[in-house]
Amino acid sequence: MTTTVQDQDRQQQAAPATNAPIERSAAYYRLKADVEDFYYHEADLLDDRRFRDWLELLTDDISYFMPIRRNVKFGQQAARENTKRGEGISWFDEDKWTLTKRVEQILTGVHYAEEPLSRITHMVSNVQIKGARPQIDAARELDVTSRFLVYQNRVEYETYIFVGRRNDTLRLTDNGWKIARREILLEQNILLAKNLTTFF
Amino acid sequence: MPLRNDFDQLVDVKGGFISREIFVDADIYRQELDKVFTRAWLLVGHESLVPNPGDFYTSRMGEESVILCRDKKGEIHVFLNSCRHRGMKVCRYEQGNTSLFTCPYHSWTYTTDGKLQGVPLHRTLYDGVLDREANSLVSVAKLCNYKGSIWATWDKNAPDFITYLGDAKIHLDQALDCRDGREGGSEVIGVHKWVFPANWKFAAENFLGDTYHNPSHRSVDLIGIGPSAAAGKKGRRDDELEKAQHVWISFPEGHGVHSAIQPEANEYIESFLDNPILEQYFRHCFEERKRRLGEGARLLPFVGTIFPNTSYHGRQPRGLCAWHPHSPTSTEGWRFFLVDKDAPKEAKEYLRRYYMRYSGPAGMTEQDDMENWLYATAASTGTVARRYPFNYQQSMGAYVTDHPLGGDVSLQVTEQIARGFYRRWTTYMQGGDWHELLGSPAGNRQAAE
Ligand code: FES
Ligand SMILES: [Fe+2]
Repeated sequence: MTTTVQDQDRQQQAAPATNAPIERSAAYYRLKADVEDFYYHEADLLDDRRFRDWLELLTDDISYFMPIRRNVKFGQQAARENTKRGEGISWFDEDKWTLTKRVEQILTGVHYAEEPLSRITHMVSNVQIKGARPQIDAARELDVTSRFLVYQNRVEYETYIFVGRRNDTLRLTDNGWKIARREILLEQNILLAKNLTTFF
Repeated sequence: MPLRNDFDQLVDVKGGFISREIFVDADIYRQELDKVFTRAWLLVGHESLVPNPGDFYTSRMGEESVILCRDKKGEIHVFLNSCRHRGMKVCRYEQGNTSLFTCPYHSWTYTTDGKLQGVPLHRTLYDGVLDREANSLVSVAKLCNYKGSIWATWDKNAPDFITYLGDAKIHLDQALDCRDGREGGSEVIGVHKWVFPANWKFAAENFLGDTYHNPSHRSVDLIGIGPSAAAGKKGRRDDELEKAQHVWISFPEGHGVHSAIQPEANEYIESFLDNPILEQYFRHCFEERKRRLGEGARLLPFVGTIFPNTSYHGRQPRGLCAWHPHSPTSTEGWRFFLVDKDAPKEAKEYLRRYYMRYSGPAGMTEQDDMENWLYATAASTGTVARRYPFNYQQSMGAYVTDHPLGGDVSLQVTEQIARGFYRRWTTYMQGGDWHELLGSPAGNRQAAE
């Protein structure tokens, strides 16, 4: 049984899209600078509490997903460590409708878990373009990985630090880059925060 | 320092005052772990988490880690997750399948029915005489698979689980039975686990039937997040109970529920308008349930807490919660989300999304609960704050004791359930016997037997 799972694991690790690194050409670095800029802008919108503007950065068909991370036997990580998008229960498995609801809720002014508003800083780093379609010098869609550190301070003493990885698909639209797909891998098993009221 | 034993003064049910000490005091907390959590029946998990022989799921009872395991023969066990040699956790995976639990420390091995099997160098170092039987994993004293939900107690003198539930049974059934009225048949589709800085009793009490805290959910009610929200309905769920007579019941065992009784005609109330397949499915379930249960179908659940720390949400959303104590001011919440195992795919898909946006630390509704529990706990730890008990005088005396549903039944929002819960908590803390713990007065033992 273990062998089967390990085999699956290797296969999944060898899955396409993220395997062959993109050549570090001038076009790559230009695009990477654009993407970083996009992320810094996104972080500004969230930290400045411009939540409606943040929603504008998401495509209408966005899939926003944060799995629950589980403690599993060696070799079963790919198959079982993370809950899956589209099945069962995760921390978030959202579309634009629920994300919009979350924003509307904060803006009611009586969402007590965010009233008064938390102070939040989003740090984004380790940005790498892992896939570009149709090609790097005329890309319309990108697979991008990054790391985040989100610091939240709430009311007086409540402080949370969320650290993890993001795997995004960005799409170029008439209004610039937008997020079409986001996977947020928070490096925690049991959630060590009372709430997840922020966006990642 | 002698242990505190002034529980009668701390819990003044008649006057309607309960001391803040029981929510923040470290000594009382230590005693709770012993006097409440090693005696009462606790929720451990669900059979659907361990469907096959060799499947295990690590869970908790009180502060302690336990393993829920289905042995090779298919029988379910619950063991303390601690090696009999030096105490190492024999299992640090959340879930899986195994034929043996191998202790990482010195490699003792235990079979899936908890028996000590392998002891390295057994013959040379233990003269081949180490008593394996006596060194099995520590098993719970009693275990019950109730309609798929797994419960256990460390007290061998505890009554069986059905007796323990008393008249709260039919209310818990509403969460565990199929939507069309068939018995049992639920499965867990996922589990949330998170830690929040509040005393565990805030969470337990919230689900006892504290309907009074409804205003704290105003934000979700304003924007609408229910199964008919996209169709324009405000609120956080469909109003299936809009014509019902709500009932708040305190049971003598310490349990409490908020349920509702539909009017005699018991007509279907439109729900799940956002998805025609779901709308049809739940309409069908409603009619089937009515056909199957007749009059009994008029009873619908809202929420409840089975003493001490298991809560349920009966319909929208639907699940079981365990509030595991971590410290006087910290609790680990677990929520097991339930669906009918044989529900159509579309229903499961819709429900899981609804559950996620409603419940737990990322749930739009319950985030506001956690905020309240945290700051209510935090603002009760102070020296001065502790001098002033909480007020539990709501709807004093406004209940009947001869209702067919049993217990103290109120027809208005009430703290009678909380008063009943803490009255029973006091009996546990005073080391009461099982007659008393089930709610029979000490002098009335004969009658209870
Ligand atoms: S502690 Fe488990 S074998 Fe020693
Ligand atoms: Fe609530």
